[in-house]
Amino acid sequence: MSLLEVRDLRVSFDTDDGTVYAVQGMSFSVEPGQTLGIVGESGSGKSVATQAIMGLTPGATITGEAKLEGVDLLAMSERELEAIRGSQVSLIFQDPLTSLHPLYRVGHQIAEAMRVHSQVTKAQAEDRAIDLLGQVGIPEPARRVRDYPHQFSGGMRQRVMIAMALALEPKLIIADEPTTALDVTVQAQILELLARMQRDYQTAVILITHDLGVVADVADEVVIMYAGRPMERAGVEAAFVEPHHPYTQGLLQSIPSYSGRTGKLRPIKGYPPSLMRQINECPFASRCPYVHDECRVAPPPLKPVGTKPGHLSACVLPADRVGLSAAAPEGAAAGAGAAEQ
Amino acid sequence: MTATELDLEAATSEGDLLLEVEDVTKYFPVRTNALIERSHASVKAVDGVSLALRVGETLGVVGESGCGKSTLARLIAALHPVTSGKIRFKGQEITKLDRRHMRPLRRSIQMVFQDPYGSLNPRRRVGSILSDPFTVHTQMSRAEVREQVRDLMARVGLSSEHYNRFPAEFSGGQRQRIGIARALALRPDLIICDEPVSALDVSIQAQIINLLEDLQDEFMLTYIFIAHDLSVVRHVSDRIAVMYLGKIVETGPVEEIYSRARHPYTASLLSAVPVADRAFKGERKTRVILSGDVPSPQNPPSGCRFHPRCPKAQAICATEEPLLEQKAGDPAGHLTACHFPVEEGEPLAMASREAVVATAPIDGAQEQP
Repeated sequence: MSLLEVRDLRVSFDTDDGTVYAVQGMSFSVEPGQTLGIVGESGSGKSVATQAIMGLTPGATITGEAKLEGVDLLAMSERELEAIRGSQVSLIFQDPLTSLHPLYRVGHQIAEAMRVHSQVTKAQAEDRAIDLLGQVGIPEPARRVRDYPHQFSGGMRQRVMIAMALALEPKLIIADEPTTALDVTVQAQILELLARMQRDYQTAVILITHDLGVVADVADEVVIMYAGRPMERAGVEAAFVEPHHPYTQGLLQSIPSYSGRTGKLRPIKGYPPSLMRQINECPFASRCPYVHDECRVAPPPLKPVGTKPGHLSACVLPADRVGLSAAAPEGAAAGAGAAEQ
Repeated sequence: MTATELDLEAATSEGDLLLEVEDVTKYFPVRTNALIERSHASVKAVDGVSLALRVGETLGVVGESGCGKSTLARLIAALHPVTSGKIRFKGQEITKLDRRHMRPLRRSIQMVFQDPYGSLNPRRRVGSILSDPFTVHTQMSRAEVREQVRDLMARVGLSSEHYNRFPAEFSGGQRQRIGIARALALRPDLIICDEPVSALDVSIQAQIINLLEDLQDEFMLTYIFIAHDLSVVRHVSDRIAVMYLGKIVETGPVEEIYSRARHPYTASLLSAVPVADRAFKGERKTRVILSGDVPSPQNPPSGCRFHPRCPKAQAICATEEPLLEQKAGDPAGHLTACHFPVEEGEPLAMASREAVVATAPIDGAQEQP
């Protein structure tokens, strides 16, 4: 059984300007111990989807189902969800400064979660907090545990968040852009820490990011979202080596290739569609170079494509038409590795 | 030879000299006692930077937060006065100019900022925002200005129906087009782009990069391109300067830096970038993971400022500051400030792995809140 199974999730918000259809039919699953990357540009619904599942979108209309070990999270009361958050599923956000309380010592904040969810004494919880801070690589944890959030740097704060997320050994960590605010050398530290903690604790991770490089680096499986829908889902290898959906291909071609100058970039033309209406065609149709009549009839469902099992694409193009045919980066072997020496 | 002269050799041999920066520093005082308002310390945001630029070139400036890259940009655009050092633009020294003499220069040096939301007045229509440069700096009639603005909008890919809209009605990518149009209005010689695409989604980012490149060809623009995204910088730049804590630690032609980085900081920075393209993964060496954070520029480490995080550091690195100079075997213009530059094929990653396990002690005072 999958750890988390989400089916046909739809999330909309009523605003003064009308209804915003943020997620328009999203399905995915996460296996125990696995890292699922959810990638998308702003407004693709990647953050809203997971927040809705965890009951963090007050006022939203949510339909579909999200089963955590067979129990539907969307059917739970706020009280029941509260018991799940932190103990079975923890969340890590982009900006740790806004997720940490500025007026409490970090040790207190880590211990608090433990004392809410399990029967431990104050002293036990504080010992565990020191232990966790040490595990996430904070020097002198016994001293730093009494520091306030502002006394930590951005990278160190994100370590504190990871320590807090791990405190109750959850089965699933949802990390929403955990390294976006960090410099690349610190990002590398945090990604490695997440991977190590995931190994040690056998935790599944949903990593939400706009950074294709980060996903390629750490995810086992990838969902690519656009305008509130999954466009493609595949093992990380297949997603990056033989993407099927024209949107995925467009995204990859937009990245300045790390192998060097490959002439002009190939951006995706136009802008994403408005989410102020339900989209009744392929949401990418207006920007797609391969668009034809069939795309305008209904949003295509995810269907198997390519050579790898589990590779799904929401595109009507023939299933065997995969890969970045025109865009295979030139001179792939040259130079890329030399800089690391 | 001075550092500027050395750096110049790297600049494309043809083309006129546009900009020379010579040993420029910028210290911001930190007032710690509000009562006596005495300056106890200063943040050395830029500390002895020299560089040169020729017409039509793009210089990429990379580095992590707090390395001084944005301060350097503001010094060159004369938005801040320098603490010491000289900046020459087309041979004229601009560091000591008064307001009146500065004015013609403001036409020639323009900036594009990261956040198009923050740099456009939300209460004014786009047409009026873009008219400003013409009304301030030229004697054109209103009709002429209107004509110029429409041309400009067309040039950056905005349609003329956008003329009467407010900035809030545009997406991030379109707003950055407005920012670029404003910078371009008076046909400047130099445009300093400070993280121009960092706030944009990747598909939109590519549109803006292409636009900047087209404009450069069309108007012979010179760019200083500041970004933390190393693959973007590689794509657009001719030369690169890598900054760390207010100093240039390595500079040279783009392919030289990306394929044969000599400074351990450059090498680890490059290796830390996650690469989307799996095809390259096989070629990549082990990632160098630096321990710790960038120390505070208020109290930089002694000697080489990188030494507390450096996998190759030895005793001399803590005491003696290395000069930015050409190392044996490097082509002219590839300068490195390091006592022990990385040799080709050297396993830097191994050295720092141990450092990661040990996690170098980070003093609370050195951290940036």
